[in-house]
Amino acid sequence: MDSPSTDNTSINSNTSTHDIIDLCLLAGKIMLQSGAETYRVEDTMSRMAAALGFPGAHSYVTPTVIMFTTSRTEPVKLFRIAERTTDLQKVSEVNDISRRLSERQLTAAEARERLGIVDDAAHAYPVWLQIAAAALTGACFTVMFKGSLWDALPSLPISGAGFAAVIYLHRLVQVRFFAEFIASFIIGLLAFFSVKFGVGREMDKIIIGCVMPLVPGLLITNAVRDLMAGHLVSGLSKGADAFLTAFAIGTGIGLVLSLF
Amino acid sequence: MILQLITSFIAAASFCILFNAPARALLQCGFAGMIGWMLYLQLDYEWDTVVATFGATLVVGVISQFFARSFKMPVIIFSVGGIIPLVPGGLAYDAMRRFVENDNNHGIQLAVQALLLSGAIAAGLVLSEVMGQMFLRRTRRSGI
Repeated sequence: MDSPSTDNTSINSNTSTHDIIDLCLLAGKIMLQSGAETYRVEDTMSRMAAALGFPGAHSYVTPTVIMFTTSRTEPVKLFRIAERTTDLQKVSEVNDISRRLSERQLTAAEARERLGIVDDAAHAYPVWLQIAAAALTGACFTVMFKGSLWDALPSLPISGAGFAAVIYLHRLVQVRFFAEFIASFIIGLLAFFSVKFGVGREMDKIIIGCVMPLVPGLLITNAVRDLMAGHLVSGLSKGADAFLTAFAIGTGIGLVLSLF
Repeated sequence: MILQLITSFIAAASFCILFNAPARALLQCGFAGMIGWMLYLQLDYEWDTVVATFGATLVVGVISQFFARSFKMPVIIFSVGGIIPLVPGGLAYDAMRRFVENDNNHGIQLAVQALLLSGAIAAGLVLSEVMGQMFLRRTRRSGI
């Protein structure tokens, strides 16, 4: 060993290369599951690795898998991602941890501990508040799509019911397509009956407002952003994901319209 | 008009609750969404929908950069809140509904429109990020 600094890194790499890879993979996993853009996940992982003494780290991220290696000759580590939502809180917290790690305000062990806490954290808002928020969103979008206030009134409970149905059904059956299909079918049914009994006026406006909490608008936009940034595989698979979601919702509503 | 202001604010802020945004960012998210939607409505009178969406997203992106600096949170929180009223989720659903109803011509038209709109939003966000970085570099240089 020539100098104390190289000595230090060699000790580090002997004792904790695995820990560092584990740390980077955990950060990438949380970000990807929380719906961060692909380039942000890759960037965060490389930065954290660089801050911990692996400047040549490479990562390849798609919506379903993270591959990570600390250098060209090392074997690649892999992490499978099963489920993704959008969770801005977690994205921002992991971002913060990686920034402070780069600025050497945190050690690897502290970062590992904090990431563990972030990973285990549940949704910050209780379920009833999420359902209330979905209800408000639906009613507001009905007005924004040039529906009248009379249409917004039934939209409020209907979109809340639709969102609650998605949460409940997704717990019941693990297939997201099915949950979205049934939920939009319920929305269409409720909207139909609300117009029939004279609560609302325009069924189309009510439906489009109510499905807004479910539709994959952000997913489509992220897919195009990934494509533009050169992440072709991620972009295409996010696009396919968005297509399936839109198809489920369209089918659910279309079924109601064809029934009546 | 005022109704649109209020509803777009509430819609963006409450959507951010679904996306689990930090509670102290909700007001700013709603504000960004409101600005984006109002600008979109104004631009939509004169220009094409895609151009209007692009312009509104650009402004939302710049506002988000500004919020991110002043509130020390990542840009993504505010930009997601801001573009929520603009993203073509409703269009995508509508396109799929037409396909299911066997109205394929109309469906393809709506699907292409949704794709173009999401492209406009993505381009607007990327451009605002580039502008933000240029601005940051300049202020840093003048600061030194």
